[in-house]
Amino acid sequence: MSDQTLGAGPKRIDGRLKVTGQATYTADHQLDNKAHAYGVFSTISRGRITGLALEVARNMPGVIEIFHHGNFPALHHTPSSMAGGNKVEETRLPFEDERIYYDGQFVALVVAERFDQARAAAQAVTVRYEEETPRANLEQGLTAHGTREGKGNHSRGNAKQAFESGTHRMEATYTTPVETHNPMEMHATLAHWPNGRLQVFESSQGVVQQKGAMAKIFNLAPHKVEVISTFIGSGFGSKLWMWPHAVAAAAASREIGRPVELVVPRSQMFTTTGHRPETKQTLKLATDEQGRLVALSHHSISNTSCTDQYVETCGSVTKSLYSCDNVSVDHRTTQVNRGTPTSMRAPGAAPGLFALESAVDEMALAAGIDPLTFRLDQFADRDESQDLPFSSNHIRETAERAAERFGWHQRNPKIKSMREGREIIGYGMAACNWEALKRPCDAHVALRADGTVYASCATQDIGTGTYTIVAQTLVELTGVPFERIEVELGDTSYPKGPISGGSWTTATTLPAIAEATRHAIMELKTRAVRSGGPFDGVDVASLNFENGVLSHNGKQMSFAEVLSSMKLANAEGDAHTEGADTSKYSYRSFGTHFVEVRWDPLLANLRVARVVSAIDVGRVMNEKTARNQVEGAIVMGLGMAMFEHTEYDPRTARVVNNNYAEYLVPVHADQPEIDVILLDYPDTAFNEFGARGIGEIGITGLAAAVANAVYHATGIRVRDLPITKERLMAGA
Amino acid sequence: MRTFELTRPTAIGDALEHHGARDAFIGGGTNLIDLVKLGVMRPEQVVDINGLGLDDIETLDDGRVSIGARVSNADLARDDRIMRDYPVLSQALLSGASTSLRNMATTAGNVMQRTRCPYFRDTAMPCNKRSPGSGCSALTGINRNHAVLGGSEACIAVHPSDMCVAMAAIGGTVVLEGRKGQREVPFADFHLLPERHPEKEHDLHDDEMITHVILDAPQAGAASNYLKLRDRASYEFALASCAAILTLDGDTVSSVRLALGGVATKPWRALDAEAALVGMEATTDSFEHAAVLAFQGAVPQSGNAFKVTLGQQAIVRSLRDAARALKAQGDRS
Repeated sequence: MSDQTLGAGPKRIDGRLKVTGQATYTADHQLDNKAHAYGVFSTISRGRITGLALEVARNMPGVIEIFHHGNFPALHHTPSSMAGGNKVEETRLPFEDERIYYDGQFVALVVAERFDQARAAAQAVTVRYEEETPRANLEQGLTAHGTREGKGNHSRGNAKQAFESGTHRMEATYTTPVETHNPMEMHATLAHWPNGRLQVFESSQGVVQQKGAMAKIFNLAPHKVEVISTFIGSGFGSKLWMWPHAVAAAAASREIGRPVELVVPRSQMFTTTGHRPETKQTLKLATDEQGRLVALSHHSISNTSCTDQYVETCGSVTKSLYSCDNVSVDHRTTQVNRGTPTSMRAPGAAPGLFALESAVDEMALAAGIDPLTFRLDQFADRDESQDLPFSSNHIRETAERAAERFGWHQRNPKIKSMREGREIIGYGMAACNWEALKRPCDAHVALRADGTVYASCATQDIGTGTYTIVAQTLVELTGVPFERIEVELGDTSYPKGPISGGSWTTATTLPAIAEATRHAIMELKTRAVRSGGPFDGVDVASLNFENGVLSHNGKQMSFAEVLSSMKLANAEGDAHTEGADTSKYSYRSFGTHFVEVRWDPLLANLRVARVVSAIDVGRVMNEKTARNQVEGAIVMGLGMAMFEHTEYDPRTARVVNNNYAEYLVPVHADQPEIDVILLDYPDTAFNEFGARGIGEIGITGLAAAVANAVYHATGIRVRDLPITKERLMAGA
Repeated sequence: MRTFELTRPTAIGDALEHHGARDAFIGGGTNLIDLVKLGVMRPEQVVDINGLGLDDIETLDDGRVSIGARVSNADLARDDRIMRDYPVLSQALLSGASTSLRNMATTAGNVMQRTRCPYFRDTAMPCNKRSPGSGCSALTGINRNHAVLGGSEACIAVHPSDMCVAMAAIGGTVVLEGRKGQREVPFADFHLLPERHPEKEHDLHDDEMITHVILDAPQAGAASNYLKLRDRASYEFALASCAAILTLDGDTVSSVRLALGGVATKPWRALDAEAALVGMEATTDSFEHAAVLAFQGAVPQSGNAFKVTLGQQAIVRSLRDAARALKAQGDRS
């Protein structure tokens, strides 16, 4: 096996560009005559604009135009359909009317010659409001609006009745706060209208969807819109769907007839580009006398905005992880005055498995059973929610191997029983789980006369390594090494590719790339055997292609030689592959986390010292980038467990900690020892490569594993994230 | 950016000549520029002190150590004399911010550092410190990070510096140069309590600038310790911190300096706790008693009652570690 084929761990092919600053991110693109836009953002969360004082700003140096609801061009709504390729999360257009629905909503847009001029003028705009009492959090939303129906509900058996007749029972409510994605690269749009066409550079996880939405909003034929996202400084879901700033920038560019760049400031990445909503989840579990689960109900409420419906499907995993005859899963929402929530790494499952896997721990303890044994005994062998077999499921092996590596069997189950120096040691575990999805995809591949291989697809590499594994696929099928491979992604002028989300990019894109490669090879062969070709008259089926060389009966020619001999530029292949057939199997990924925490009770100091995780995601396509995804997700899970919490002033619904100093994510000094075991069992029922996707699963369950370890160390059951000092001090 | 006039004097006299009530000095700019961008500080003129020298660390004839206004936090933390004679200061500096910020941030700038109170930083919200008389949003708002000591009806914003906490424990003076001449203000008096005028933060006139901070001569035979408690392990302002400098006579406390950060409106010297400790046996009981005294006047807010306990824990652990170090030294000698 070459060190560049699938399954090996070659370095990223775009790594050098990134570390030398040559990778062009959205705001790096230079266009002649570019103007800069900066938003005026609402400082109230509910009410309406009664006046805008623009005179001072308008007369400031460099100011070109100021847009607001009084002069913004009339645009259209997108139907916001994912299948239609035009989904957005917030359907309301910027500056649509004078209504204010959330803090940080665009109320004006200043366009100026330079960034600093636009910002200074934006700060000089004064807005008068008629303010109404905002709903600042989930509880206030519930009081004011009650709840509305969500989606993704499930029921089998009779969970209520089974709970009541269970021998051991647990019932508890868990909460998770709003989290903000906070990718390093801020959201940015650079839009211009060459020859009546709209070209947009955007930091986007979904150029195809943005193209469709832009076409609908600006009433353009789809081919008149191009969206480009060559490099993305990550997104974690916040860049899946276009947000109002992109519409604002594109409209401003059309109105002033110049390219307009708009970078969303860090503070407003907390307001107008999505968030993981607040959740409140009630779990009710019961077992029989032997500790077998007889009832499992998971009812959750999450916040949505006052303009759109977004449902955090907290119970999505609860339906199928454990074997249980009586299950009830229900999702509801309530409206609050916040920007619209959106998917954040492992939506639904991340908060959902915090609650479920905490509850399972509580249930196991209530039944007097070791939490690992409890789970091993009851992991489902088939997807009982769909009554389908799993395509491939090695969750027990993940649990056993990680437990072995971690040393779970040395755990003294007694609370506060394990000490070292000033610290009490706690061991905790939790399962992790994520759906495996595969979508339709198009791709283009060319074998070129200069000896290079080229592939393109309008999916994106959001930092996960998509460029690299596409190149690996080409290596695998053509034998041509990285140095002679070119991969282009992130541009809607390429064949339609999937959003980079749902952990489905790998499973969706690589089969299309492979199919296009096979088509290109067939095209090469077909040309080569034609009259005048180097293999004139040879039967195509007996023509061999290996390591970039065509051969037959001892005659060998590289594809470059073949193409050159016929004065052909290339042999091309295009492909369309379909999504997964979900009628025969349930496709999911599995894993288990083990966590060691250290608690110094005399300093109220908690740290996570060690994480061992075993993950079953089918075949691992790139050992290095796969491990990197899981390790990164574990660190993000640590942040979820201990730090992350977007705080809203309960009086104003205004974000209080809208910066990297007060919105805490783990720093290097917080990193535990992380040991990731990748099982690497190909899931060939899912796709030809057997890969299921690895971006999200690592964050699921991690917060529960931490909370379970904290309980073991302290005897305090923290059911509200994050696990802060004061929560532990109050419980002590 | 909002425009201001930048002047770059090469003599202190010129710097003072240029500087008025609506102006600001700039050293490293790590705090000022941030606040200018937010619209919180709106200087008309910025006077750059980087042409003024003031970058030496000198031992004075009387044993005190003088630190120039422009000495960077990084240089100060890594200075041989500071590491040897004032390890508590070095530790405090290194516990703050990040390497890149410490490379830029200056000694005088750190003394003048503004609060991280989110309402101070948000120009849309009332704040008596930023906009006198507008009210305090923190008292009835999100106040987890706010002060439990030294607050008033007008302001409960925390002084964010680590360096100043160590300096408060060490003791010293702030040297000011003004048009009318030079004066030295005791370090403990330089930062003011908010009382009814939180906008007035320092004993510093409009025509004055900090040229040096002078540390008291190091205490012979002392052990010291800076302990900073926060949510994450690095790169975060303190929830509670403690600088302790301790000397023992046998097992008895012969002298102690205690200063607290993260819990108070100014770098906070715990004088009552110090007084109670002197002459006592260096035991956990004594330290716990002192810790209780240090927070006797604490006024917790809705979101930060835990800071009282946390601050007490910081004191006890700091003192225990310092005492342990002294005893280990004693055992060796």
